[in-house]
Amino acid sequence: MSRVSTTSSQTVDVRSLLENKRSKKLKMRKLENIIPYLLLLSALVSILTTAGILFTLLRETFGFFSEVSFVEFYTGTNWSPWSGEFGVLPLIGGTLLITVIATLVAVPLGLMSAIFLSEYASERVRKVIKPILEILAGIPTVVYGYFALTFITPILQAIIPGLSIFNALSGGIVVGVMIVPMVASLSEDAMNAVPNSLREGAYALGATRLEVAMKVVVPAALSGIIAAIVLAISRAIGETMIVTIAAGATPNLTMNPAESVQTMTAFIVQAATGDTTYGSIIYYSLYAVGITLFVFTMLMNLLSQYISRKFREEY
Amino acid sequence: MESKNLNGRVLKNRVMKTLFFSATVIALVFLVLLFYRVLSQGWGYLNWNYITSFPAPYPEEAGIWPGMIGSLMLMGVVAVVAVTIGISTAIYLEEYSPKNKLADFIRVNIQNLAGVPSIVFGLLGLTFFVYLFGIGYRLLAGGLTMALLILPVVVVSSQEALRSVPTEVKEASYGMGASKWQTIVRVILPAALPGILTGIILSLSRGIGETAPLIIVGAATAIYTLPDSLLSKYTVMPIQIYKWTARPQEEWQFVAAAGIIVLLIILLLMNAIAVWIRNKYQTRY
Repeated sequence: MSRVSTTSSQTVDVRSLLENKRSKKLKMRKLENIIPYLLLLSALVSILTTAGILFTLLRETFGFFSEVSFVEFYTGTNWSPWSGEFGVLPLIGGTLLITVIATLVAVPLGLMSAIFLSEYASERVRKVIKPILEILAGIPTVVYGYFALTFITPILQAIIPGLSIFNALSGGIVVGVMIVPMVASLSEDAMNAVPNSLREGAYALGATRLEVAMKVVVPAALSGIIAAIVLAISRAIGETMIVTIAAGATPNLTMNPAESVQTMTAFIVQAATGDTTYGSIIYYSLYAVGITLFVFTMLMNLLSQYISRKFREEY
Repeated sequence: MESKNLNGRVLKNRVMKTLFFSATVIALVFLVLLFYRVLSQGWGYLNWNYITSFPAPYPEEAGIWPGMIGSLMLMGVVAVVAVTIGISTAIYLEEYSPKNKLADFIRVNIQNLAGVPSIVFGLLGLTFFVYLFGIGYRLLAGGLTMALLILPVVVVSSQEALRSVPTEVKEASYGMGASKWQTIVRVILPAALPGILTGIILSLSRGIGETAPLIIVGAATAIYTLPDSLLSKYTVMPIQIYKWTARPQEEWQFVAAAGIIVLLIILLLMNAIAVWIRNKYQTRY
């Protein structure tokens, strides 16, 4: 290598340069070896988050169950925590009522929109309508809450005389509207994934568009569609602001949509807004309700993943 | 006989097509009604005074200024935390992670975290950030909670952006003698940057509209001084809107609607920027 240079002073230069370069390279290599571990550390944050959620929910829930019996909590039908009654069923009932109403709104609207977009609409129409539909999913839930309370409720009151300001129907309908894009978008993706050869085969046999959609495409995409619906239901269960604003704060074990109900999420907001001292029974009850909510949504999410994995048709 | 049957089937197809179309239109009508309602109620109350004022006991004097500043500061904290951790996680998962159980576990875990209700993140923040770390009901606690909430979205969108960089580009870089890290920093990240930025802006726009977790970690409902540090009391726009909506007098609904207009304009701007970045800088390979 030293032959490159003509004078001895320059030879030294090249050598030190080489030396320099080599030590730099070594440093680089050391750094290169550390980097994956640094990155892994930040990747572990997401695992720590899950662990943290489980830890907090479990720890505070144990605190709760040292003062209130497990059986009373899950079988009691009276929820008035400020006077020491901790039966969670009214909150679960409220959540289910809202979820049922929302599902009744979102599944027909979402599925029919998906069939229209996937099977009837031209490419151009779909490219315009789908993003607009997805705007519905991006609107903050507090805005939906305002819309439910100040717009949908008065309309419902005009139709149903004697309907109270806070009622499950208004909140449920608006939660349904909120999850329409989720059902529509995910179902449409599933239908789009059905290969055209299947459609063309049916058309060649003389089927109408409707027959192709209902007898070929929907059955072929069924696992994706059901997974989408289950995921949307999970979202409805965890929805907070709409029901807090529009459905009221009356724990009420009822299936009558005209009544005011309180959901699990709405209770958590109500209790956290008031002065809840750390370590008090109300504070612990937040977590007992929270873990119940968490288990409900987690089961739905896992079910959705299971359905889309297990029953997927591969083409 | 045969043709009658055919006519029936064709007719049925027509009827159902109209029905499917109507369903789509109904969903869009809700959107139009919502915008109409917000604009018609809020427009009259929206003026410069409203934007620069603090909350007040009278509807005509109330303003959203502390909420706007609070939301912006909160998003600052969220951006710093979620972006650093989110992009690092995405790089690890896409470029480094061996195909082993740990990496699979991290992936599944992130997918599941995305499905956890936001209010549960609030409970996490309440125990850890507010009480165990002793931060209290301060801006930092809200920011950290919100950062964890949007982290899965940031990771997944960054992963997609990294994945869209073609292998040939990476191989060309390796072929020139670049190391793995050099390739990531100087080739892959710049190529994936528009996609990553778009994802981050969209995640932040989700965070800026979130209300429930911040109620749990104690964002104030009305404050009369602006937050000046990470340990200040704070409020955000959605919480001010929530409090105004919850008041029984009709005038407060108008105040809430004006706040919603401000919030929606900010969301619209963020989304417009995201779309603009995607269209302007996205390279299609």
